[in-house]
Amino acid sequence: MVELALPKNSRITTGKTWPKPEGATNLRTVQIYRWNPDDGKNPSVDTYFVDMDTCGPMILDVLIKIKNEMDPTLAFRRSCREGICGSCAMNIDGINTLACIYGTDEVKGDIKIYPLPHMPVVRDLIPDLTHFYAQHASIMPWLETKTNTPAKEWKQSIEDREKLDGLYECVMCACCSTSCPSYWWNGDRYLGPAALLHAYRWLIDSRDEATGERLDNLEDPFKLYRCHTIMNCAKTCPKGLNPAKAIASIKKMMVDRAY
Amino acid sequence: MADVNRGNRPLSPHLTIYRLPITAITSILTRITGNALLVAALMTVWWFLAAASGPEYYDFANAVITSWFGDLVMALSVLGLWYHTLAGVRHLIWDQVIALDIKTAESLSWLVIIGSVALTVLTWIIMLIA
Repeated sequence: MVELALPKNSRITTGKTWPKPEGATNLRTVQIYRWNPDDGKNPSVDTYFVDMDTCGPMILDVLIKIKNEMDPTLAFRRSCREGICGSCAMNIDGINTLACIYGTDEVKGDIKIYPLPHMPVVRDLIPDLTHFYAQHASIMPWLETKTNTPAKEWKQSIEDREKLDGLYECVMCACCSTSCPSYWWNGDRYLGPAALLHAYRWLIDSRDEATGERLDNLEDPFKLYRCHTIMNCAKTCPKGLNPAKAIASIKKMMVDRAY
Repeated sequence: MADVNRGNRPLSPHLTIYRLPITAITSILTRITGNALLVAALMTVWWFLAAASGPEYYDFANAVITSWFGDLVMALSVLGLWYHTLAGVRHLIWDQVIALDIKTAESLSWLVIIGSVALTVLTWIIMLIA
């Protein structure tokens, strides 16, 4: 249900302002959401000053510099640093994106960094994605077949393969789902843009033989139809994909099979 | 993700920190205008009912409806009606799985806003002439 205000334990307080590095002339103010599960306090926003003359160009470089040189307690996920693993998804300057491929020069003024919105926080910038992954698993993200397995591979024409472009590139970073107001209010039952984009990826796969079952599974007032085409998902996707269009395509498949 | 796997964990901030794109703003406005129009419709029904129940009560209801407050509500209702209609047409277009790329979707959003204001002004002009 819609709850506009944050619960009591989640309200944000003003945090620590860290000292400015000495001798630096090109400073950038960085505000970062902090929450420590061990001290029993509410989340806070800490302020750091980063010397951009000795820092890499990306937001992830800023975070790593802070962790290395100022505050080793800052926790965030990261791995590939080139936008393919999806680990460093977070809310930067009011939109969800990957810290590793978002440039500091794309942010005007102070750099504000929060965890992905409306998620339970494990610590600092790390959200709990358990439910998000379970929703992905629920759409059967694998090839379902009924005919006998061929001696070699399941073949697909070039044209049919092209239908998967713009879908298979998803790295499951959760930027889209956590940008969606419908997912904020009904995320327990609405599958969200990421899981639905994957659902569509298998629905239109020419090799898949469970299209009917897949559609049956989605025929639900919440799982699919909580999408109201708000389009935050497509706007925020760091890979430039369009989950809103994939969801509209599923809705159309539902209508097409009914008539 | 309301209460799934929460435990003692805080909920990360959402509405207060998210920079909503124009498509999101026009989406929530569709719902707001839809609900507001219900109030305007009930007010009109009340006016008709007053007319049916006798001259004294009608005079009272008519005074409310034609006061500056009534004028304001009705003027905003025209805007709400045009907005809601155009947003509905936009959704019908989207239901065909077309115009869903970001650029076109954003253009359509501005078209809905500008179009509803323009059509409201036009409606007023026509009403004032007639």
